[in-house]
Amino acid sequence: MRAAREHYQQVVRYTPFHARTAAANALNLWHRWRDHTVADAYFDVGLEYTALRNASAVFDISPMTKHRIGGPDALAFLNRLVTRDVAKIRPGRVGYCVWCDDQGQVIDDGTIFHLAAGDYRLCSQERQLDWLLTSALGFDVTIREETGAVAALALQGPTSCAVLKALGLADVAALAPFAMRSFPFEGTELLVSRTGFTGDLGYELWVAPPFAERLWDRLFEAGDVHGLKPMGTHALEMSRIEAGFIQAGVDFLPADRAIRTDRTRSPFELDLAWLVDFTKPNFTGRRALLEEQRRGSRYRLVRLDVEGNKPAKDAYIYDAARNVVGAVTCAMWSPMAKASIALASVRMPAGAADDELWAEIYYQKELKWSRMNARCRVVSGAFFEPARRRQTPAPDF
Amino acid sequence: MTDGGRTLVIGAGHNGLVCAAYLARAGHDVLVLEASHQVGGAAVTRELTRGFRVPAVAHLLYQLDPLVEHELALAGHGFARAKSGLKTVALAAGGEPLVLDGERIVSGPADADAVAYAAFMARMRRFARLLARQHGRLPPRLAFERWRDALPAGQLALDIRRLGREDMREFLRIITMPIHDLLEESFTHPLLKGAIALDAVLGTKLGARSGNSVFTYLHRLGGDAAPALVRGGPGALSEALAAAARHAGAEIRLSAPVAALVLTGGRVSGVRLESGETLPASVVVSGADPKTTLEGLLGARHLEAEFARRVHHVRSMGTAAKLNLALSGLPEFRGVAAGLVGERLVIAPDAGYVDEAFNAAKYRTYSQAPVIELTVPSVADAELAPPGKHVLSAIVQYAPYDLDGGWDASRDAFRELVLGVLERHAPGLRKLVIAAELLTPLDIERQFRIRGGHWHHGELTLDQAMMLRPVPGAAQYAMPVAGLYLCGAGCHPGGGIMGTAGRNAAHALLAGEKR
Repeated sequence: MRAAREHYQQVVRYTPFHARTAAANALNLWHRWRDHTVADAYFDVGLEYTALRNASAVFDISPMTKHRIGGPDALAFLNRLVTRDVAKIRPGRVGYCVWCDDQGQVIDDGTIFHLAAGDYRLCSQERQLDWLLTSALGFDVTIREETGAVAALALQGPTSCAVLKALGLADVAALAPFAMRSFPFEGTELLVSRTGFTGDLGYELWVAPPFAERLWDRLFEAGDVHGLKPMGTHALEMSRIEAGFIQAGVDFLPADRAIRTDRTRSPFELDLAWLVDFTKPNFTGRRALLEEQRRGSRYRLVRLDVEGNKPAKDAYIYDAARNVVGAVTCAMWSPMAKASIALASVRMPAGAADDELWAEIYYQKELKWSRMNARCRVVSGAFFEPARRRQTPAPDF
Repeated sequence: MTDGGRTLVIGAGHNGLVCAAYLARAGHDVLVLEASHQVGGAAVTRELTRGFRVPAVAHLLYQLDPLVEHELALAGHGFARAKSGLKTVALAAGGEPLVLDGERIVSGPADADAVAYAAFMARMRRFARLLARQHGRLPPRLAFERWRDALPAGQLALDIRRLGREDMREFLRIITMPIHDLLEESFTHPLLKGAIALDAVLGTKLGARSGNSVFTYLHRLGGDAAPALVRGGPGALSEALAAAARHAGAEIRLSAPVAALVLTGGRVSGVRLESGETLPASVVVSGADPKTTLEGLLGARHLEAEFARRVHHVRSMGTAAKLNLALSGLPEFRGVAAGLVGERLVIAPDAGYVDEAFNAAKYRTYSQAPVIELTVPSVADAELAPPGKHVLSAIVQYAPYDLDGGWDASRDAFRELVLGVLERHAPGLRKLVIAAELLTPLDIERQFRIRGGHWHHGELTLDQAMMLRPVPGAAQYAMPVAGLYLCGAGCHPGGGIMGTAGRNAAHALLAGEKR
């Protein structure tokens, strides 16, 4: 109890894998993720990224906010919370979702794990307990924060299935995208979901914290011949941009953190219309989103293929008439797409397919700044989407 | 909006009846559903014991909307005042009482304040008229999306500007102030300060030193309103409203408590009665308080999360209890001429007393020295009691809804305490008591289905007034769930028997249909 009461004195938290990630972190590069110390990179960002795309890589996702949601109204509660129809996420399945405030502005995105009938885990980037409890008014539902109670690794890349098979998870290849299954592991249960944030073939592994280090060790024993490497947040960031995934606080401002009303974005403005199900009679944000659908959105998220090889980081986006219509939210040179790619938020009606857009890129060489205007092409879908991402059974490499 | 189906009004309280009457006049097929066996909600006259009829809850009429009275021709439906312009008699613990008649000190120990009182009242009336002018207007929206939304806010600003420089400054200075502090600057005599402080806090969870109590005072003044007694008790007004509604074509079903609203595809499509019967509707208007309607009958899950939270946090904990007595004779109050017993008597010997009485409510106990407003309506209205006998009706504060230990264990003790206080001012009163009834806020909640037993369906302070009433985003009577409207005291302009909320709601609904 004393420890619980004085939790605030512990300002830095370590994940259950810390002993292993610290040992592997040759560069001693760290940053904070929701108070947890996580590795930015272990030995070389480029090589970690290369391992991910050509073999496999492990990323410690333990700090991800996790809430356990149960009780008789769990489904009704989740269906009022998020914009998509949660009834369609069957037990054993995972669904990507967003949730909004009453103004239809996105608070966060995350994944709902339907662990067993009526028993859900909600994973998100941001802490959500306050919003979940607010949303629970009128529902018979239990909500428990369980971030620290579950240790988790993302195992991603073409050889990830092979690694798991070598670990002894014989029929893991049969697992379809967004499906999950428990496997016996060292006298406990290892939950494996075919999910991830890299747009590649990959899995996320969930285990009780006391088994975390054992899982890490066994994975690397099994993964040695499959080129498995640890991967930090920098390499992950590259992969998620290539996949075209958005990130809270980077590509959109969580609505509950916004002070200025025009800084937030709706699901439509984040290219997530497919997650909005108006056939549900009620969910938070529904009225505002219906109104937005009627009146039209203010912004549009676009995926841009930028001319040249200079990352368009923080660039303004211009239309053909040289008016500023938006800005880049994240950008990089994509080794897989062999292109300079970017996500940007532009003011409607800019950003339609074939629209002429320009990025104003500032870059420096040896402290000398230069500027260029690069033509941008609006791309639909991911910049890099290998077939293996969706193949079932998962292919071997 | 309405597809020719039925319009259901939940609750035959005065606002529900007013709304029903206006909607029926506009061609709606209106059915009013009332849980009780009689119309009126908290504005009812009930038999306390054989031959004695008392105003069960509300007992004075301050500001019945003149438009409602005129447009619904209430006089033609049996409504009459037994007595208008009641004087206020502030009882002293032993000395001479203070008698107030509107802006005038009639008699009493506060002569030194007479001039100041007249000036004070003249100014308060100007301010109260300004607020009362907003009553019939649609409250402004907080987000101006259309020019139409800016109009009411502009009107309010203009009204304040039109007060003139000195009054405008004074209005803005005092509007959020505690009444106690304003009274301290204005007067010297405790009885005068006590009587005004009581007016400011009656029916609210505020003490004399609470911020906002000047605002609640101005609300009670309600423009040029003066207290009146309805002939036959407030229930007679409700009967007149019911007659007007029926005359306009509305049907009223008694003993038909609503259990829940029925939704179809996210739209309110009817109601389910406690009997199990389901009634379809094209639109449902609820005169019940916002929490009863939205959390109880609808269910928070059918609202969006932030809106549901706002509704949940509406402050609606009643602090006013009601004591009703049947008396075998006319009580005599110390120092009060027999001719004044039929006026409005108050026990609030000074503003500090009122505030100290409130302290108890803060800590979930009842006042040991409560504030009381009482009337003996049978003096002016012989119908209420057998010849020579009387009924006494008293509002007693503070009796907090959330009493520590619960009311069922304390109701009798509190009744005895109140009778003891009355006895001190009217020696021999106890011997006259034939029957007594004390309704705590809990009883009012149970019997009249008002969450928290709050007379105004929610505190009437600035944070819950006008565009913030009942909650931001729902001040224009239409609820965010399609097909549902509110029309009760929980809406702008709030409580007291006015009928304005009911009238406004009907007009908002009809205007919505035209769009």
